Amino acid sequence: MNLLGKLTWSAIPFDQPIPLFSAAVVILIVVGVLVWVAAKGWVPYLWKEWITSVDHKHIGVMYCLLGLLMLLRGFIDALMMRSQQALAFNAPGYLPPEHYDQIFSAHGTIMILFAAMPLVIGLMNFVVPLQLGVRDVAFPTLNSVSFWLTCTGALLVNLSLVVGEFARTGWLPFPPLSELRYSPGVGVDYYLWAVQISGVGTLLTGINFVTTILKTRTYGMTYLRMPMFCWTALAACMLIIAAFPVLTATLAMLTLDRYLGFHFFTNGAGGNPMMFTNLIWAWGHPEVYILVLPSFGIFSEVISTFSAKPLFGYRSMVIATLFICLVSFCVWLHHFFTMGPGGDVNAAFGIATSIIAVGTGVKMYNWLFTMYGGRIRFATPMLWSIGFLLTFITGGMTGVMLAVPPADFLLHNSMFLVAHFHHVIIAGVVFAVMAGITYWFPKAFGFRLDEGWGKATFWFAITGFYVTFVPLYILGFLGMTRRLQHYDVPEWRPWILLAAVGIFIYLCSAVCQIIQLAVSICNRDALRDVTGDPWDGRSLEWATPSPPPAFNFAHLPHVENLEAYWNVKQRAREESRLDGAAPYEDLEMPRNSPTGFVCAFFATFIGFALIWHIWWLMILGLIGAYATFVVFAWRDVPEYVIPAEEVARIDRANRAVRQEALLSEQPT
Amino acid sequence: MSAADATVALRDPYHVGHAGESQARGHGAGGPASKRIVVGYGFWLFLLSDIVIFSCLFAAYAVLAQATAGGPSSKQIFDLNRVAIETACLLASSFFCGMASIAVAKRSRLWTQIWLVVTGLLGLAFILLEVSEFSALHAQGDGPTRSAFLTAFFTLVGCHGVHVSAGLLWLGTMMAQLFAKGFRADIRRRFLCFTMFWHFLDIIWVAIFSLVYLVGTKL
Repeated sequence: MNLLGKLTWSAIPFDQPIPLFSAAVVILIVVGVLVWVAAKGWVPYLWKEWITSVDHKHIGVMYCLLGLLMLLRGFIDALMMRSQQALAFNAPGYLPPEHYDQIFSAHGTIMILFAAMPLVIGLMNFVVPLQLGVRDVAFPTLNSVSFWLTCTGALLVNLSLVVGEFARTGWLPFPPLSELRYSPGVGVDYYLWAVQISGVGTLLTGINFVTTILKTRTYGMTYLRMPMFCWTALAACMLIIAAFPVLTATLAMLTLDRYLGFHFFTNGAGGNPMMFTNLIWAWGHPEVYILVLPSFGIFSEVISTFSAKPLFGYRSMVIATLFICLVSFCVWLHHFFTMGPGGDVNAAFGIATSIIAVGTGVKMYNWLFTMYGGRIRFATPMLWSIGFLLTFITGGMTGVMLAVPPADFLLHNSMFLVAHFHHVIIAGVVFAVMAGITYWFPKAFGFRLDEGWGKATFWFAITGFYVTFVPLYILGFLGMTRRLQHYDVPEWRPWILLAAVGIFIYLCSAVCQIIQLAVSICNRDALRDVTGDPWDGRSLEWATPSPPPAFNFAHLPHVENLEAYWNVKQRAREESRLDGAAPYEDLEMPRNSPTGFVCAFFATFIGFALIWHIWWLMILGLIGAYATFVVFAWRDVPEYVIPAEEVARIDRANRAVRQEALLSEQPT
Repeated sequence: MSAADATVALRDPYHVGHAGESQARGHGAGGPASKRIVVGYGFWLFLLSDIVIFSCLFAAYAVLAQATAGGPSSKQIFDLNRVAIETACLLASSFFCGMASIAVAKRSRLWTQIWLVVTGLLGLAFILLEVSEFSALHAQGDGPTRSAFLTAFFTLVGCHGVHVSAGLLWLGTMMAQLFAKGFRADIRRRFLCFTMFWHFLDIIWVAIFSLVYLVGTKL
């Protein structure tokens, strides 16, 4: 018996300089950061305040950090693909096909599952409990487990860079290509276990947030008083509960095919590869809306705040959100019109796909009418939002073009498709996340981000986006299919070069973003948010100090209408004083727990062991994970007490600066 | 319109949530629900997601049920007598799980443990019967690798079996917790989740029994 399963020295790519070099750089950086943190003596702080934290705010921040790191990793993949295509006209370029295939597979997987999802879930984590006026999510420790399992998935994907290989099958591993016979390496296994483990984390997040939103809202916070972001988060999390189990089941079936010789999707013995295509898109299409619905919520918050107006058509916005939530499950077949469903079925799904644009159209008009007649401030979050409105409209229209089956037969699998989904995801999700991070950053850290560098980030991003992706639409019309490692069509050449220029403009945006963070941290005293309400906000998160204390609210707020905090401020302006505080009480908050981190530690070993067929390690990992749960279940004191004096001190200080700021305002 | 109403209208341009407003906790204006409700609700959502997993496996079984690839069909390998005993075991175990719930409500440590042991033994009997069915099929060369039909059958029924086994592990842990910690509020909430899980296994089994075994022996 081989103690290390399939793992040998040949798994390390000594013969391939690019992955080896990048892996060495990454390892050096990681080790460097760890040594620096240890040398500074920050380990106990990190362990107590962050790694074992069950505070939704800290978990949200860590999710966003993970998402930003992975966004950078996925962006480097994008740079490599664009530069490879720029060089590979009648030439092999610098990336051999087997490596190029891994890069586009990793790019898609990382961007959707380990960049966009953590960023969106991170913002949800940070904002939703604050907006609902509660002290934490329904299941705080489970929240930590979710986050760390997502980290395990991200770690496994990145580990494949050094040890072994990643899938070469695209971001969705379609059989029969992904079956053992055609993909005998560990690449697909890395994909399967990374996505499976992080998928469990995502599912738990979905359950956690639906419970939080439906069951733990503060007093008076009826459904139709929830801020729009909470509604979209609710819709997205309901989609997670309905869709992610489909992903789990589908990948489990493929895993059984690969590991135990089952015949779900094989060519022989009655297997049905088309079943995979149907099942994976039954998850895959709702997944798009899981990302974009919370993004719509972010834009709703930002546009309303920076137009100084209530959100126009709140109820129609709620209806549109739930309409999209429902219909997103009725359109999956448009991903494979060309794979033989027949005319009638195609027509039905084509119409459903066009209809879903109606919901988005309603939202578009609502945002426009929110801005109409408002006092618009063109701060960075608002720039991202306006950039989104203009860009998403056209991206959505190319989607409606693809929804027409006869047109899809021409455009399917072409660069047009690549341009379309980048168009909607970058404008819809990346812009939203950037807007959201800039908007809520002062709430999380107590100081604003630098406006100048933020605006530079935006302008480079939107310019880079158009210069990169408009050529790809044209390439699609010129007949270029996606995922080409090299090509010999001279007509394509100028457009591919232009797209390469575009992505380097986008690179400037990434650099500006990093500079913005650094500059803002250096100037944090000048950018300090003293009152906790830097943007003249309308919902409850702005009623807390920045950063909010562990307990968020000294008293659970009593909500009287849709714009809870705006209402409080209006009353304070009318009565020339902020409402008096009730007597303070001791507060019980959930204790920190290393359960999430330890679980993920074992999950990493389980995943790695399964990928490399190291069965003893897998069994050890399972025992460890079970033992962790038992230890957690055995604890006797799940909560700690924050004394009333401490609560009073924090709350009184905040009320004082807030009242002063409100009363010193010019009357409007 | 009184002055007070006018102020409200000014503050709340959509008049939302003013008519017929429920003061209920959790789903109205009454503030957060109790911990027991929150935990139970969350666990219901988890069960719902688990049902979605099973529905995918049911769908896969429906697609592949006729894909016998020259191997045996469902009619040839299903033994309804064994399945009837399995069903009886599982349904009875659910009944005794309900008895354990009553014992917990009555705060009777002894009867709680007794009923849980009976629940567990019946669950174990179910698993042993299933294992014997699977190993007999495997021994005669009709394992899951034989055909797509058998793949789907073994996965669907096996997934339920894995759930029952996990349930047994949970049951053991639960009994130890009840023994060590007594009827503390958090332990009772956990026990509520366990009973929901155990009854959920029945629901899935009823679907398997009807859609796989009963339909399979008729076709």
